[in-house]
Amino acid sequence: MNERSHMNTDIRDARIGLLGDMIRIRVLEERCAELYGQMKIRGFLHLYIGQEAVAAGIVPQLEPDDAVVATYREHGHALLRGVSAASIMAEMYGKATGCSGGRGGSMHLFCAERRFYGGNAIVGGHLPLAAGLGLADVLADRRGRVTACFFGEGAVAEGEFHEAMNLAALWNLPVLFCCENNTYAMGTSLRSSESQTDLALKAAGYEMPAWAVDGMDVEAVRDAAGRALATVRAGGGPVFLELRTYRFRAHSMFDPDLYRDAEEVERMKERDPIATFAARLVADGVVDDPAVEALWAAARDETEAAVAFAEAAPFEPVEDLTRHVLAEPEDHR
Amino acid sequence: MSGELTDREITYREAMREALQEALTTDDRVFIMGEDVADYGGTYAVTKSLYTEFGRDRVRNTPLSESGFVGAGIGAALGGMRPIVEIMTVNFSLLALDQIVNTAATFRHMSGGQVSIPVVIRVTTGAGRQLAAQHSHSLEGWYAHVPGLKVVAPASVADARWMLAAALDDPDPVIIFEHTGLYNLRGDPGTGPVSLEGAAVRREGGDVTIVASAGMVPKALDAADELAEAGIDAEVIDLRSLRPLDRPAIRRSVERTGRAVVVDEGWRSVGLSAELAATITEDCFYCLDAPVARVAGVEVPIPYPKHLEDASIPQVADIVAAATNVMEGVTVGG
Repeated sequence: MNERSHMNTDIRDARIGLLGDMIRIRVLEERCAELYGQMKIRGFLHLYIGQEAVAAGIVPQLEPDDAVVATYREHGHALLRGVSAASIMAEMYGKATGCSGGRGGSMHLFCAERRFYGGNAIVGGHLPLAAGLGLADVLADRRGRVTACFFGEGAVAEGEFHEAMNLAALWNLPVLFCCENNTYAMGTSLRSSESQTDLALKAAGYEMPAWAVDGMDVEAVRDAAGRALATVRAGGGPVFLELRTYRFRAHSMFDPDLYRDAEEVERMKERDPIATFAARLVADGVVDDPAVEALWAAARDETEAAVAFAEAAPFEPVEDLTRHVLAEPEDHR
Repeated sequence: MSGELTDREITYREAMREALQEALTTDDRVFIMGEDVADYGGTYAVTKSLYTEFGRDRVRNTPLSESGFVGAGIGAALGGMRPIVEIMTVNFSLLALDQIVNTAATFRHMSGGQVSIPVVIRVTTGAGRQLAAQHSHSLEGWYAHVPGLKVVAPASVADARWMLAAALDDPDPVIIFEHTGLYNLRGDPGTGPVSLEGAAVRREGGDVTIVASAGMVPKALDAADELAEAGIDAEVIDLRSLRPLDRPAIRRSVERTGRAVVVDEGWRSVGLSAELAATITEDCFYCLDAPVARVAGVEVPIPYPKHLEDASIPQVADIVAAATNVMEGVTVGG
């Protein structure tokens, strides 16, 4: 192959990778919903279904030394950050081999090795944390590192959002703020809760580059994130992206979904990020239907292996209940 | 507790400042951040002129964003630094309660032991300066309620000088409560080091144990002097650490004296004094010759006028009276 065809192959593979990543999240989470119905997974379970293009467009672009701080709707981010489906599933089962040792559950996935710091379930509470991770990189002169912080549009109503945006911009911190605007903070619509619904405008008020992106289009997300990450890595300070997306499922498994019309959900499903992107790739001649089906099959295999792992995994003994409150001798500093 | 004596006498404020200076000098990961810690020198002048020596990156002024900068301190600790975050007063720390309780105290646990938050948060506390009901409370007991935190209250110049180093050396979040009434206390800082945990017997005595912390320790010592004149030999325990509590030290003392007076500047109900009284009852019930007495803050937001402020928090005379009553078998209800 010549150089040009190599490049074309790389581009093709990258596009297929985006589709595959979204499918992996979708399959894992559809299975989570089933397992919730079977009471294998308990507590709160917040599904990301419909929003996959955001994580898929951003997380794989991060470097190993970067950090990720996410919300309680973070299964997809963790998976694409390289936290294994098996350890994610085991965590949701509350098993000792889960990525947080079973202590966190669905809302608190952690993986120090991947610099994946939650799984944070106080809306807006992790934004100052992201600023602090960025501050550590600046003070330790670790140039080029980025902390990617994911949060929903509901967080912009919290004071912590504004405090973190100000600190990040004031101190020129290397943080990529990814606001996943899925329109509803639980059941509260943005329109009914914010005087200013243009979120990029809010962020721009803190003197940082900010723009809105079609969060249902994985390639648009990828391109925007690439641009934003380049700015942050180059020392340009924080960037804010508003990813306009939509969750097809209810807020959590407890949510009867009374606050929005079924018609609205159906209309948005026509913009399903996976179906539309798969169709685009087929139309572009990048993949054919069997190739797409192979991606689904691979994801199903991954998920089923994860379920088998979680089923077989042990629970932590009750005698260990009070562990991990303070440092133990073997804990790293 | 504080190593050798040094023949030197400095104030609690100077001791704290020396500790900060040493930390900044010896560890590149250490930085200070808080409201007006640089040019202004800190509300209580503890960080005065440190920025001229270490620069504004490491002695970092913050906006008035307690939740934001405490959270950033927690994040920086997660990112490998050793931040020292100063909060002007414990009342303001409530704006950062989410970060301290929901993040700093939980991350190790929620992650199954994978991450540490080695942040140090310095908070001034206490009444006595006529600052009224939004700058004067003693809420350290609230923080001492929370698993995942360590809470200390240096009440001596030596502890002010050396507890910071122990806190920075600890892999978990440590909150240091500095009572505003102690900043001008003078004493020998000693050579250190000191342990972060463990109570200290500040005065030995055989008749009654007075358990105190923070700004109540000097008052308890003064009370013990007065009691001695009346023939009562009081032992004074300085808790030093409110979480964890040094239960064995309290038990050892009360087992000998058979009587206990618990002193806390915070409100009486559901607070530190209640915890101490319950602990003593659990650990020493069969050694007690009298019910445990409590001397605690009156159930009122701290008022502005001097006479009312004084009346709202424990004074030497209150401690003397409580100890005398305990000795005479007089039970005073709460």
